[in-house]
Amino acid sequence: MAVIDHDVELRRAGAHVRGWGGALVHFMRRYPLGAIGAMIMLLFIATAIFADQITSYDPTSTNPRVSLAPPGEQHALGADFMGRDVFSRIVYGARISLAVAIGATALGCLIGVTIGLLSGFFGGWVDLIVQRLIDIMQALPLLVMALIMAASLGPSLTNTIIAIAIPLVPNVARIIRSNTLALREMPFVEAARAVGMSEARIAVQHVLPNTLAPLIVLATAQFGSAILVESALAFLGLGVPEPHPSWGRMLSESAAEYVRTAPWLVIFPGVAISLVVFGTNLLGDAIRDILDPRQRI
Amino acid sequence: MKACLPPSPDKTAPAQTVSDRVLEVEELRTYFYTRGGLMKAVDGVSFALKRGETLAIVGESGCGKSVTALSILRLVADPPGRIVGGSARLDGVDLIELDAAAMRAIRGNRISMIFQEPMTSLNPVMTIGRQISEALILHQALSRTAAMRRATEMLQLVGIPEPQQRIREYPHQLSGGMRQRAMIAMAVACNPEVLIADEPTSALDVTIQAQILDLIGRLQKELGTAVILITHDLGVVAETAERVIVMYAGRKVEEAPVAALFASPLHPYTRGLLNSIPRLPSIERRSDGPPVQRLQEIPGIVPALSNLPPGCSFAPRCAFASDVCRQAYPRYEEKQGGHWAACWHSDKLAGAANA
Repeated sequence: MAVIDHDVELRRAGAHVRGWGGALVHFMRRYPLGAIGAMIMLLFIATAIFADQITSYDPTSTNPRVSLAPPGEQHALGADFMGRDVFSRIVYGARISLAVAIGATALGCLIGVTIGLLSGFFGGWVDLIVQRLIDIMQALPLLVMALIMAASLGPSLTNTIIAIAIPLVPNVARIIRSNTLALREMPFVEAARAVGMSEARIAVQHVLPNTLAPLIVLATAQFGSAILVESALAFLGLGVPEPHPSWGRMLSESAAEYVRTAPWLVIFPGVAISLVVFGTNLLGDAIRDILDPRQRI
Repeated sequence: MKACLPPSPDKTAPAQTVSDRVLEVEELRTYFYTRGGLMKAVDGVSFALKRGETLAIVGESGCGKSVTALSILRLVADPPGRIVGGSARLDGVDLIELDAAAMRAIRGNRISMIFQEPMTSLNPVMTIGRQISEALILHQALSRTAAMRRATEMLQLVGIPEPQQRIREYPHQLSGGMRQRAMIAMAVACNPEVLIADEPTSALDVTIQAQILDLIGRLQKELGTAVILITHDLGVVAETAERVIVMYAGRKVEEAPVAALFASPLHPYTRGLLNSIPRLPSIERRSDGPPVQRLQEIPGIVPALSNLPPGCSFAPRCAFASDVCRQAYPRYEEKQGGHWAACWHSDKLAGAANA
């Protein structure tokens, strides 16, 4: 018969965890993939913030003498046909990706939560009309929606954020609405009424916080797809305009002509996109596990 | 015998007797309009609640106890439910006539309610302290910190140990009994005149039940709150209430001081309820030889509210039922001093009890 070591079991459950540092170590042990995801995200955010300190080249300055220079001492990840440093452009491109991902996710969640809460909690004909509109929006794929939006709004950072945020709204609104529908029948909502709270206050103070767990999980997933869609839009020439470096446009500029002769122009931006999306997915999975009440003891 | 109108404020009496009654419910009617038809969940219920007294409302499931309470607070979901008639006057102000904002100012402040399910009546993602302080912030315009301080005092008052720490905890960190104490703290935070306790102990462990009832009784004395205790447990009634109302199929069928009701029930339904309480001798005698006394039940179930029989709604289940019962609903009248009932055969019942 196996001997159970209580200390080991307790240690695995996190009984020894003390303070923030201890909680961090425990998180890394329990969710190693989540920890990797978190580290990738931290690296990504740090890159975006400290872009000026990390790079030694201006991402927009051209130098014909180093056109299509392969990775080497001078240019760690090579240079493109205009002689711009690929490493610098990827580092500065992180800023655009981060800005678009945060902006689009935040905006999409804000609008989606508002619509979902109103629709689910108050119901009635507003709910009916809003849900049909969302049905129409959901019939189109995210990228197609974003394409239509971006094409009609025109290229700019703000418009790219809006173009990606609006297609995210239906998903968020659906999830918040379905949670709200279940929550509004909960006895604690009735109890809040019995205390004399107004309906609007109950919706915001009692129902909304209960929908946050699924919202956070959804938001991390949307964060990753926002980065992907931004790259796709840029690839198609509809994203953030020149001279801002964008990972998607770096790919589109070089994919057709230089993929054979200067593959580093395609590989490195592609790796950057994959890595960040991979990181958000790993982190998102870990957050979903942590927030799942069946896993929390 | 007197007229069938229940105790109502004596118009000729001086104001003193009026102020004696904190809540007067008169001919309250709450109907549900459903696919299955019209459900008269509360059909002409009247009662008066004196300051500081405990009034119990008893009856089986589905007889309209909870809907009566929810109607007083105007919390019946509309649709399908609607208060179609009657009044509920709190210190002379008819709650049924109030607009939504004025009603909100009363809920949780002057009338509050304790719910049956302490497990789900607290918001799982809010700390106990915040939930208790909500009512204080709403009704007494306290700041968040002042409300939290008061919430800590309330937790102390309802007998929760280490209130300073508990105030920051979430509902899942508390046991069922603790949660019900927290619910009670929420309900009495604003020192209400009327506290409606809807089956406050039904979801709890038997050992905790007595503690919770003691707590409600103690708070009632300390704060001078009048309590409407809704329950199906006559044992609870005997211990805590001063007066009892028995409801059946949306109507009041009997009303009496506790002692009188238990000594001589004048409605066969009440008698059935009393007979269906398990008693110790019936278990103990098993070994001595005499036949075991079976626990008596009331045959049948509460009729569908959408399809009540003509005449007395209890007649189909009643051992005393005669032709008159099946034809006409009996008048609700004072059979003995302070003891009201709606039954054609109360005299027979009274005789049977004395024999």
